[in-house]
Amino acid sequence: MDILKKVPVREQDAKVRAANFEEVCYGYNAEEAMEEAARCIKCKNNARCMGGCPVSINIPGFIGHVEKGEFKEAYDVISDASSLPAVCGRVCPQESQCEGVCIRGLKGEPISIGKLERFVADWARENGVKPKKNDEKNGKRVAVVGSGPAGLSCAGDLAKWGYDVTILEALHKAGGVLTYGIPEFRLPKDGVVQPEIENVKSLGVHIETNVIVGKSVTVDELLNEEGYDAVFVGSGAGLPMFMGIPGESANGVFSANEYLTRSNLMKAGEESTDTPIFHAKKAVVVGGGNVAMDAARTALRMGAETHIVYRRSEAELPARVEEVHHAKEEGIIFQLLTNPVEILVDENGWVKGVRCIRMELGEPDASGRRRPVPVEGSEFEIEADMVVMSLGTSPNPLIPDSTKGLEISKRRCIVTDPETGRTSKEGVFAGGDAATGAATVILAMEAGRKAAKGIHEYLSQK
Amino acid sequence: MYQILKAEKLADRTWLMVIHAPWVARACQPGQFIILRVDEEGERIPLTICDYDREEGTVTIVFQTIGVSTAKLEKLQAGDSVADFVGPLGKASDLIDEPVEELKKKKILFIAGGVGAAPVYPQVKWLHEQGVEADVIIGARTKDLILLEKEMEAVAGHLYISTDDGSYGHPGVAGKVLEELAEQGTQYDHCVVIGPMIMMKFTCLTTKKLGIPTVVSMNPIMIDGTGMCGGCRLTVGGEVKFACVDGPEFDGHLVDFDQAMKRQQMYKTEEGRKMLEYQEGATHHGGCGHCGGEH
Repeated sequence: MDILKKVPVREQDAKVRAANFEEVCYGYNAEEAMEEAARCIKCKNNARCMGGCPVSINIPGFIGHVEKGEFKEAYDVISDASSLPAVCGRVCPQESQCEGVCIRGLKGEPISIGKLERFVADWARENGVKPKKNDEKNGKRVAVVGSGPAGLSCAGDLAKWGYDVTILEALHKAGGVLTYGIPEFRLPKDGVVQPEIENVKSLGVHIETNVIVGKSVTVDELLNEEGYDAVFVGSGAGLPMFMGIPGESANGVFSANEYLTRSNLMKAGEESTDTPIFHAKKAVVVGGGNVAMDAARTALRMGAETHIVYRRSEAELPARVEEVHHAKEEGIIFQLLTNPVEILVDENGWVKGVRCIRMELGEPDASGRRRPVPVEGSEFEIEADMVVMSLGTSPNPLIPDSTKGLEISKRRCIVTDPETGRTSKEGVFAGGDAATGAATVILAMEAGRKAAKGIHEYLSQK
Repeated sequence: MYQILKAEKLADRTWLMVIHAPWVARACQPGQFIILRVDEEGERIPLTICDYDREEGTVTIVFQTIGVSTAKLEKLQAGDSVADFVGPLGKASDLIDEPVEELKKKKILFIAGGVGAAPVYPQVKWLHEQGVEADVIIGARTKDLILLEKEMEAVAGHLYISTDDGSYGHPGVAGKVLEELAEQGTQYDHCVVIGPMIMMKFTCLTTKKLGIPTVVSMNPIMIDGTGMCGGCRLTVGGEVKFACVDGPEFDGHLVDFDQAMKRQQMYKTEEGRKMLEYQEGATHHGGCGHCGGEH
C-alpha cells in the first residue's frame, strides 16, 4: 500500500457505462474504507478538512470510527451535521473543500473523504441504521418551501430540535435538484435519494407535494392563516438562461433543466413512461458546469455523439474534476475555447448545426478569470440535431412576486444575512439557489443549516 | 391522489371533470391553469381551469383526447383518482386586477375556439359576478363541438355561435362573426381570444385590423409549469417569455404564432408512437409509416 495514494475506487467500465444509466462509481467496500481511513492522520485540533466542509462534519472523528470498523458510530458523527451524507459523498466538490485542504494532500493525495462519507452512509442504509429522532416537541411550527438540499437540511435540523416541520414541494416528487436535476448514473434515485428523504421524514418532517408556495398558498398566508411561526424559502433555481443568439427558438434546442427534468424526474426514454424526450444523433451541450456534464452524459447514454462547447479553457471548467474526467472517459468531445454564435436551422424549423467561433483568453475580468475573446475569422460549424443550453438559471420569480416586503437583489435573488438566513421580512428565512443564484448541493445544505439555526434563535427569543 | 367527483362527456373526444383539489380551489383565479398527472408513469399535462368551487374544494377542467395521457384520463370515472393535480399556475387574467368601474366602461368580447370555451367561461362568469356583461363568440368546426353553450348563455351579454361547416349558428369562423359585428357598428375595446393556436393567430389578424387590443392564452409544451424548465418559451414582441410564469395570457398582436406552432410539433413523432403503443399494446413495432418507430 502506497500511503501517499488514495485507495482506488472501483468504477463501472467507461465503455459499458456510456450506454447505461447505472451508477458510475461503485464506492468502497468495508475493507477498502478501513484501509483508506488508516491513511488519515486524524488531526486533533483545527482539522483543516472540517474548516473546508460547509456543514462542518467532524471528519477526523468519523474517519477514526471507520478505521476501527465502527461504522454505526461513524454514521452518528456524520448525521449530527448532515442530513444527506449519501448524496454529499457523491456530489460534493470535495477537491475544493475538505479534500482540497487535507494535510495529507500536501505531499501525495489527500484522504478520499467523499468516498468514505459515501461508504458510511451507504452502509447505514443497507443496515437499516437511521438518524436519531427527537421525540420532544417544542410546539412550534415551521414551513419549509422546497424539498431540495437546502430545504431538507433545514427541515432535518429543525426536527432534531423539536420543531414541527412541514415541507411544501411544488413538484409531484420530493428532492428538488436531487430528483429532477442530477442524473441516475451520478445519484441513483430509488437507491440513494429517496432513502435519504425517508431518513429526513423519519425525523418527523412532513412532506406535502403538489403545493406551489406563491401560487397555491403565499408565504404571508402560511404565517398569518396557516399557523406557521416561521417560513424557510429554499425554492431553488428558476428560469434557464439562453444566449440570445439566432436560432435559439428552433425545435431541438432545450435548456439543460428541461432535458434533465424529462430524463430524471419524468423518466422519459423509459418504455413504461409517457413523457417524450428527444433522441438526438448528434448533440451539442453549451456550458462547462456540472449541469452541462450531466446533460452531455445523458445525451451520450441515449445514443448521441456529444460535444461540449465551452468558451474558456479546461482549467476554468466549473464542473467537478471527477465529472470532467468521467465525461472524457465516456467519450464526450470537448470543444474548449469555443463559443456558439448561431444555431443553424433547417427548412422545417429544426436544429441542423451550430456555428461556433474559437476563443482565446485575454485579460482577467471582474471574477478574476481570464476573459475569453473571439478569434477573428475562426468560425466553424458543428453538425447537430440537438442543442442543450446549460448556462445557468435566474432565480424563480414566484415567491418574490407574491410576498409583501421581501427584499430582492438586482440579480433577483432573495436578500439574506448569510449567517442566519434572515430576510427583510420578519419570520421569513431563505437559502440555497433562491438566495445565492445557482450553486452546489452542499452550499445549499450549508445555507439550510445556517437558516435552521437562525430560525431556532429567532423563535427562541420570540 | 385527487378524486374525480364528476366525469362527463361534452362532445366527441371532449370531457369535463370535476376534481377534488382544495389547494387549487382555494387560490385559483380566472385565466390560470393546473397540471395533472394521470398515474405514476404519466406526463405532466397543463390544462386551463374551467370552473372552481372554493367551498367544496373542487376544480373543473375540460380536456380533449389527443395523446396517451388524455386517452388514459378519459377512461377514468367519478370515484377514480388522478395521481397529481397541482396549481393554480400562471398569472390570472389582467381583467381581475382592473377596478370594476373601469371594466364596466369597457365593451369586452371573448372569442372561444373549440375547447377554448372552457378557459373563457370562468372569465366571463367572473365578470358577470362583478356586474360586467361581456359578449362571447363560441366557434367550432361543427355543431357537436360547440361547448358550454348553456353555461355561457347564463353569464354572457350577447352570445354568438359560429360553425365552420355552417351546421349551427353563423356559418364560418368566429373571426367572421366579429367582422360582421364590426360592420354593423358594434365596437369593442378589449378582446380575449382562446382556442387552438391557428385559430388564435387568424383571429388576432382580424382584431388587429379592427384595432381592438387582444389578449390570447397560450398552452405550449410544458413540464414543471413553475418557471424552471423553460420548455414553454415563446417569442412575444421579439422577447423570450415563459408561458408558465409570464403568461399564459399575452398580447395577441405580439405573439409569434408561427414559431409557437412549430414548437408544438416538437414531440409529435414520439407522441404518435406512444399513442400507437397504447392503442395496440406491445404488438406495434414501428414500420407503420406514422409512428416514427424504426425497429
